[in-house]
Amino acid sequence: MTDFGSALAAAFSLVIHLDRDLGEIVLLSLRVSVIAVFVAALIGLPIGAAVALFRFPGRTVVAVILNALMGLPPVVVGLIVYLLLSRAGPFGVLGLLFTPTAMVIAQILLVTPIIAALTRQVIEDLWVEYEEQLRSLGAKPRRALATLLWDGRFSLLTAVLAGFGRASAEVGAVMIVGGNIDHVTRVMTTAIALEVSKGDLALALGLGIILVVLSIAVNGAAFVLKGTAERGQAR
Amino acid sequence: MLPKPVWLGLCLALVLSGAAQADDPFITVASTTSTKNSGLFDHLLPRFEDATGIAVRVLAVGTGQAIRLARNGDADVLLVHHKPSEQQFVADGYGVARLDVMYNDFVLVGPADDPARIGGMSDAPAALARLAAAAVPFLSRGDDSGTHKRELALWRAAGIEVGTVSGSWYREAGAGMGATLNTAAAMSAYALADRGTWLGFRNKADLTILVAGDQRLFNPYGVILVNPAKHPHVKAALGQRFVDWLVSPQGQAAIAEFRINGEPAFTPNAAPP
Repeated sequence: MTDFGSALAAAFSLVIHLDRDLGEIVLLSLRVSVIAVFVAALIGLPIGAAVALFRFPGRTVVAVILNALMGLPPVVVGLIVYLLLSRAGPFGVLGLLFTPTAMVIAQILLVTPIIAALTRQVIEDLWVEYEEQLRSLGAKPRRALATLLWDGRFSLLTAVLAGFGRASAEVGAVMIVGGNIDHVTRVMTTAIALEVSKGDLALALGLGIILVVLSIAVNGAAFVLKGTAERGQAR
Repeated sequence: MLPKPVWLGLCLALVLSGAAQADDPFITVASTTSTKNSGLFDHLLPRFEDATGIAVRVLAVGTGQAIRLARNGDADVLLVHHKPSEQQFVADGYGVARLDVMYNDFVLVGPADDPARIGGMSDAPAALARLAAAAVPFLSRGDDSGTHKRELALWRAAGIEVGTVSGSWYREAGAGMGATLNTAAAMSAYALADRGTWLGFRNKADLTILVAGDQRLFNPYGVILVNPAKHPHVKAALGQRFVDWLVSPQGQAAIAEFRINGEPAFTPNAAPP
């Protein structure tokens, strides 16, 4: 039980001393995950909406696959990206392995299916609600897609946040393609794994507490923004 | 809601905050968790960087994985501890040459009450045979690391086929040294550890060193420059400077003065120039 006390103390001491290494690690974590989620949203939102609105052969299969890919094991994604980016792999010449860019690529692969699958569900529900109205206005599915994505933006925020949660919490993929290199690719989750492997459980748990608080802060900020925007709309 | 330009600005700031990274010369070294987790690299690398201006990016993985990374050309220098694999790596043309750098030893750790009564034994295989006879929990790395390979060699020397008992008293963690020690501490199991990781390890619980000093527990580390003939992108000149520094009098002295809790963790043994 003493571990929990010393973990809180470790977290507190890191924060009040504004530990420089910690600041660097936190910033890199945010940078990698935010960029990955941003790109994943650019890809996943239209894909999810398209699968919801367009009728094409194999549509159900695509929907099932999207849902299944939400459970992609990060270690497998990490391994695939490693094999692609390794000097011995097809994209080796780019020299991207063990850089933050490699971590972003791995996280995009992990997050895109989550955003796409949740978007498909949201848009499908909205379509049921608005189909007649949009059809009577003569809206083509393409036009409807943009309208529904805009109308569903508050529900879709949850899909994006779910993606962010996945990105900021996973360790398997970024460990393999980032390498947990000090001052280069060390993020919160790999730093925690490192401290566990050193047997410094208190410091590991302390870092974990900081990660959870960060996650709460990001989600809280999104919630507040959403509330403000919705009130603005009602006016 | 924040106006759009503010959002874009925030995103841009996050992206750019990392773009300012310096383009200092650097090399990538694939090494073991023992050299990283013990704190040795934190002690050596600032000295090397001061002397040469070359930054070193360390990938701390098991010896088996480190060799695979180097074989794929994903590292410039290899610093690991399993001599037969290292010699094979060089013989296959992936490495330029293998040089001795330093050594320490493996230790057999276990619960302080030592139910199998191996404490103080000086014959490591005999101690393992006694563990097998008592069928007390033993935690293996099980991850193809240098320590794991050594442990398997010791079991062979003891004449015990651990493959057939895996899952009973012999348990394979499939994890790094630290994770294996965490698990061993939690289940009061015996384990083979490298002294560097053991000395720096913070969660020993009631584990203690029971057997050490057998010459079959000798743990030599070698350094190898990845062969630029196999992988033309390897930073051979910078990597060679790191190899040269490690075996130089300055590098060797830096290794010798490294202490964990006041105890020396590695003994330098490079061939004199």
